[in-house]
Order: sequence, then structure tokens, then C-alpha cells
Amino acid sequence: MKNCEYQQIDPRALSVTPLSAQNLGEKKAQSPRRKWEVFPGKNRFFCDGRLILSRQSGILPLTMGLIVVTCGLFFAFDCPFLVKHLTIFIPVIGGVLFVFVAISLLRTSFTDPGILPRATPDEAADIERQIDTSGSSTYRPPPRTKEILINQQVVKLKYCFTCKMFRPPRTSHCSLCDNCVERFDHHCPWVGNCVGKRNYRFFYSFIISLSFLTSFIFGCVITHITLLSQEGKSLVQAIEESPASVVELVICFFSIWSILGLSGFHTYLVASNLTTNEDIKGSWSSKRGAEESENPYTYNSIITNCCVTLCGPMPPSLIDRRGFLPPDEPIPAASASDIELPPFRAKNDANMCTQSTKDVLERVVHSSDFPVLCSPGTPKTTPQVLNVSSHAAPTSEPSPSVGCTQQQARQPAATACPPFSRSNKRDSLHSINPAFRLASPSPTLSHTTLILGDAPDTGFNPLH
Amino acid sequence: MAETHSLQDMRQQAAITAKVFIQRDYSSGTMCQFQTKFPSELENRIDKQQFEETVRALNNMYAEAEKLGSQSYIEGCLACLTAYTVFLCMETHYEKVLKKIAKYIQEQNDKIYAPRGLLLTDPIERGLRVVEITIFEDRSLTR
Repeated sequence: MKNCEYQQIDPRALSVTPLSAQNLGEKKAQSPRRKWEVFPGKNRFFCDGRLILSRQSGILPLTMGLIVVTCGLFFAFDCPFLVKHLTIFIPVIGGVLFVFVAISLLRTSFTDPGILPRATPDEAADIERQIDTSGSSTYRPPPRTKEILINQQVVKLKYCFTCKMFRPPRTSHCSLCDNCVERFDHHCPWVGNCVGKRNYRFFYSFIISLSFLTSFIFGCVITHITLLSQEGKSLVQAIEESPASVVELVICFFSIWSILGLSGFHTYLVASNLTTNEDIKGSWSSKRGAEESENPYTYNSIITNCCVTLCGPMPPSLIDRRGFLPPDEPIPAASASDIELPPFRAKNDANMCTQSTKDVLERVVHSSDFPVLCSPGTPKTTPQVLNVSSHAAPTSEPSPSVGCTQQQARQPAATACPPFSRSNKRDSLHSINPAFRLASPSPTLSHTTLILGDAPDTGFNPLH
Repeated sequence: MAETHSLQDMRQQAAITAKVFIQRDYSSGTMCQFQTKFPSELENRIDKQQFEETVRALNNMYAEAEKLGSQSYIEGCLACLTAYTVFLCMETHYEKVLKKIAKYIQEQNDKIYAPRGLLLTDPIERGLRVVEITIFEDRSLTR
């Protein structure tokens, strides 16, 4: 296992003497590059930086394909019959819902989820100076957490080794995209992007409108087949007359369970102002630990929480994708050195994590004793799982949420939760750091202590 | 603009002695607020009162941008109803306030900070993480 050795930034190496005018002249001769071209995260950009997507966006075409195919079959085969027998409004409603779903999906996928730009070298050096107060001659990594009070609640801010800054509250680092994302919810492979502060409302409207769309199509197809069989034909004959309806029926039947479940879960999260990440980790669960921890971000009113999350002001993108690179800033050099380290670490970590994720998924597929729906109650059982299993605690932690959808054969279910598990696992691995043990004071702290305790046994290296 | 020219000249002539970073203040949650604690490096450069006033004004403007009032709710609901396509034509309230903040910082730099050999960087250029204050050498002032 490679050694993620911490390297202190030498402030003297950062010579910030401004370049002379001649350098400016030289740089002007080259065409100015936009910032997205040197963006250090694992993202893809389209339309000259206007659209952003995760580099791992494999299932997005499948999502779009499924929606388009199902709606296409619906409009082509079921609508003519239903317009004749019922009303013209059926394709109209279907069309409106389809447009809404498509736009929400595209906005979720192509919007910056709230990525925090990495700290500049000066900032990073300043933070290093501030926390390295021990002044010992033999260098050891200093404590990497900072405790702050939010609404009389103690919140721990973790230091992100990749982005070289203390993560703001509710921010998490997504290993798939290699970015810190504000109000990180989860990385959704179905939309091919992280879901965070800036695109959570789009994601929510996507799943809500998709629930309506699948329910609507399901209802219409059932009506179609019922009407066909009422005209004196048997059910089998009715199906033979309209085989496309069966395809739609199958797709909708399996998606309805998972999509409705997911919508219900996220409605609960919105109403209590929680993120999936926090809910799975049980950050604010009052059942665990000796300390009563309440969610410090909630407004204690369902309506206010909903309004804030869904209708609140739209924060701007912080990464300035389309800005031009200033000619005198050593960004390529800094990002080159940044890029060297993270891909090296990330590659090995990704291998390690995908391998263990595969193990988890394999184990889950073979076991068969998990509850059906991805209900809010399910993630809260993770602490018990953690307590019981001694082998690879981080990997076993997400298994209830993965397995909870295992009974649905439909794909969205099975992979809707692994995003939670993957990002959650990476987050928990993030917190595994030998220095962290030195830093974290209270043994009463929940599962992070357990993870820390197990880390040496499993031999997992700190992700950062 | 003579003021801006002098800033650029200063940047080219003067050496940067240090950079001070004003960190975020999370005591009221995830709202964008900056700490008003006066950094020791600025002690002989600028008045403590002046500095605190600048940071407080910035905090107020960010609070205004993130305010949850009827205007933001109407904007949010309208956006939801139009499937968020309205943002392609309209500027959000937050963006309008950010422009105001940029203008305020420019004004503060011109009037107060540049004459003292300091330069405020707009926090949006640092991902709303810090307010970066660059301290220039006093060379141009002693000449």
C-alpha cells in the first residue's frame, strides 16, 4: 500500500515576487486560456465551460435513454387509443411531465453542484502556519480538525488534504469527482454528477416529476389494457394487440417502487434540512453517543425547511469556469504539482475503493435479509452493523442501504443507494488518518471513533 | 482612472511582504460571514475601526444576498414553475448583490486600502472562503 506521506508546504518556496512587465508581454502573445481547461477536479466541461459533468458519467445516457424510450412508446402506442376513448389531455399532460423531467435531469447533470475551488498556495501555507503551533523539530502531521460552535452545537471541521483547506460545515469531498462540494448530498451515477447545494433543488424536482411521470404512464397503460380487454377480448389478446404497453408496464412497475421510495426519502430530508450524507452517517442522531446532538441547521419548521432548501436564493458557482487565466499567476505550475499528487493517490485509492465496493455489492447480492424500501429508518441501523462487524468497518457500514433496495430488480433501486454507500465510504475513509486519532479528543463521539479504531486492522491507508 | 493605474504600478513596483487571510465565521451556520477579528499583521497599517467596518459591511451584504424573504421565495417558485429556464434570461438576486459587493470592494481599495499599501481581494475570487489582504512593501510610500 502506498504511503500517503504528508508534505508540509514550505512558505519560502512560494516566492511571490511579482513578475516584471516583460513576462506579461510574453504571455499576451499566447491565446488566453479559460480556467476550466486547467481545473484540477475530475470533471468534464462542455460548451466552453458552460456545462459541467463528472468524468464518471456512465449511466446518464442510460437514464436519458430509458426515459425517452418509455415516453416514446407511450406517445406512439398508447396515446392514439386513449385519445380516441378518453380525452386529448392525456398526451398533453404526458408531454408537459416529460419536458419537466428532461429539463430537471439536464439541469441536475450539467450544473455545478457547489464545488469549492482549491485553496491557493498562499492560503494553504497560511493555514499550515496557523495549525502548526507545536514547533517541534521532528515534524509530525498536526491535528487536522477544528471545532466550532454552530447554534450551540459543536461541529467538527475536517481538513481536506486534496483541497488544502478546512472544509466548511456540511461540505464533503467526493472522491469520484475529486472535489469538495458544499452541502454534499451524494454522488448520483444516474445523473452523472454530485448532488450538492446548487443542484439539489433540480435533483428533487427531477425525482418528483419522474414519480408523477412513471405513475401517470403506469396508470394510462393499465387503463389502455383494461379498456382493450373490456371490448370482449381476453387479457392475452389485449396484450398481443399492444405489446409496447407490456414493455412500458414492466419498466414503470419496477421504477415506481424505487422512484417513489427515493422521493419519499428526499422529502423527509428536505423537511428536516438534512443531507443524505448526514443521514447515513447519523451525524445528528440523538440515539447514538452520550451527547445529545441536534441538527443545528434546521429551522424547526417543516415549511421553513422546505422553503429554504428548495426556494432559497440560488448561490453562484464558485469555480468561475469561463474566466480567463491571469497571465502572471503560476496556476499551471501549482495545478501541475497538485495534479501530480492527487491522481497518484486517487488512482490507488479508487482501485482500493472500487474493489471493496465490489466486494460489498457482491456480498449484498448473495445475502437476502434486508428490508425492502430505502426508508429513512434504514440508514439509522448502520451503527449496529458497524458495532457488530469487525472486518472492514467502513465497507460494511453502507450495506443496509445498498441491500435495502436489493429486493427491487429494477436498476435505479440497486444503484440509487450505492452512490450513498460509495461516497459515504470514501468520506469515512477520508476521516481515517493516523493524525486524526491524535486529534480527536472525545471517545464518546459516535461511529467515527469506531472507524478510526478499525482502520489499522483493515490496513486502509488514509485517503488523504 | 488614476487610482487604478497607481494600484497596478504599485503591484509591479512593490514587493508583496505578506498576505493576510480573513477566515469565515461559521457561528451562525453556513451563511457567508467573515471573522471581524483584527489580524496582528495589519496593526501598523490600518485603523482597527476602519477594518472592522469594512468586514461588517461585507457581512451585511452577504447576509442580504442570502436573505430568505418573500423576494427570494417568489424567485424560487417562479424558477421551479418554469423548470428553471428563467435563470437563462434573468440574473439572480444573489448575482446582483455580488456585483454590488465587487463595486464596494473596488471603492474601498481605491479610497482606503491602496493609500496604505494594502489590497483587498474579492472573496468570490477565492471561492468565498477568505478575504485576502495583500500587504505591499512600504517602498512607494517612503520614496
